Amino acid sequence: MKSMKWLFLAVSSLLLALPAAANDAAPDQLVKGVTDEVIAIVRADKDIQSGNAKKAVALVETKVLPHFNFTRMTQLAMGREWRNASAAQQQALTNEFRTLLVRTYSKALTEYRNQTIDLKPFSLKAGETDAKVKTIVNQPNGKPIQLDYSLEKQDNGWKVYDIEVAGVSLVTNYRETFASEIRNGGVDSLIKTLQSKNQAADSKK
Amino acid sequence: MRRSTTKISQFTLALCAAALMAGCATSGNPKDPIEGFNRTMYNVHEGIDSVVLKPVAKGYDAVLPDPVQTGVSNFFSNIGDLGVSVNNLLQGKPNDAIADLGRFLINSTFGIFGILDIATPAGIEKHDEDFGQTFGRWGAGSGAYVFIPVFGPRTTRDTVGLAFDLWADPVANLDHVPTRNTFLALRAVNTRAELLPADKVIEEAALDKYAYIRDGYLQRRQSLVYDGNPPRSAE
Repeated sequence: MKSMKWLFLAVSSLLLALPAAANDAAPDQLVKGVTDEVIAIVRADKDIQSGNAKKAVALVETKVLPHFNFTRMTQLAMGREWRNASAAQQQALTNEFRTLLVRTYSKALTEYRNQTIDLKPFSLKAGETDAKVKTIVNQPNGKPIQLDYSLEKQDNGWKVYDIEVAGVSLVTNYRETFASEIRNGGVDSLIKTLQSKNQAADSKK
Repeated sequence: MRRSTTKISQFTLALCAAALMAGCATSGNPKDPIEGFNRTMYNVHEGIDSVVLKPVAKGYDAVLPDPVQTGVSNFFSNIGDLGVSVNNLLQGKPNDAIADLGRFLINSTFGIFGILDIATPAGIEKHDEDFGQTFGRWGAGSGAYVFIPVFGPRTTRDTVGLAFDLWADPVANLDHVPTRNTFLALRAVNTRAELLPADKVIEEAALDKYAYIRDGYLQRRQSLVYDGNPPRSAE
């Protein structure tokens, strides 16, 4: 009986410690932890592998989204246009851009075919609040791809604000499109374009 | 054999010249001064791709088992290592050039004509170099963005680079014409098949597919010229 009690205490303290550990995790450990977990789930889930978008989105929303800073991402994609947008517009842009990125990320997951991911050596100087975690995606069929995560330290842990695939930032790749949309019809026109893109994708399912 | 390579080079150069002359159709983007012309070429490409290239690649992907496709990819990647080595040498990276040559020798022999890539697991890293990157290293600016049907996105610099790549390409220089053509076709189909998963993701991601591919290409080339560590662009 006594040992049971001890076990219970140990388990519950472990559970309490876990979220704190996730917040304090070093950026490379955070990336590795999330990547390993997500891949393990996709590997075991035939639905996702055969293209079940709803399940993939749910997976991204529960496991990946909490570690992303979408406001910062939207700000980066907007570049200097960000400051010209009102608070309400910024909020709307962030929401639509989040939906777009989550869907893209989920789509990429449904294309998963036994790739493995290796972390490149990582070091962080004391007090540093910005980090880049570099990984290599080894494909069973094709060249290895460099996949880098830029993270920023916040009060509630490190948050990803950019992903680079083979040197292409998924966030700043939108900058020209956003800028030309804004040139042609203002920020509201960009919000509308994002909305209709998201709705079109939704109705396809 | 040399003649037809030259033909391809002439074709790309002619396209390039046409693109430059069409420069009157300007847009707001300084990196893409002939956007109007490029968008037309892009639409031509999409047409060819949806009718010919993509269906063939899909069929290839459906018929060939993954290990065979990997073998084909490795085979052409191994031949490509020769050009990679030359360009690393031209870029003043003799150690990388030797490593590339080592890869080629190991994979061509122990890897059975390059079908197996045993150099990578042995720790000799694969590099990605071409003449366009070499010119970039030497200080050539990328120039205007150009979209060439079938060949895809390029810049002025990379179009000239492509002409040199083809000129030095061991496959395009094969003497036996039927073998050469078969290999060229196989390599093209295999490359297109490798891009099939990316297609779907781009479709999902892009608000404007033309611009998405253009900006992705420009970022990618910038990154390659600096071997993955480009200077951070000012915000």
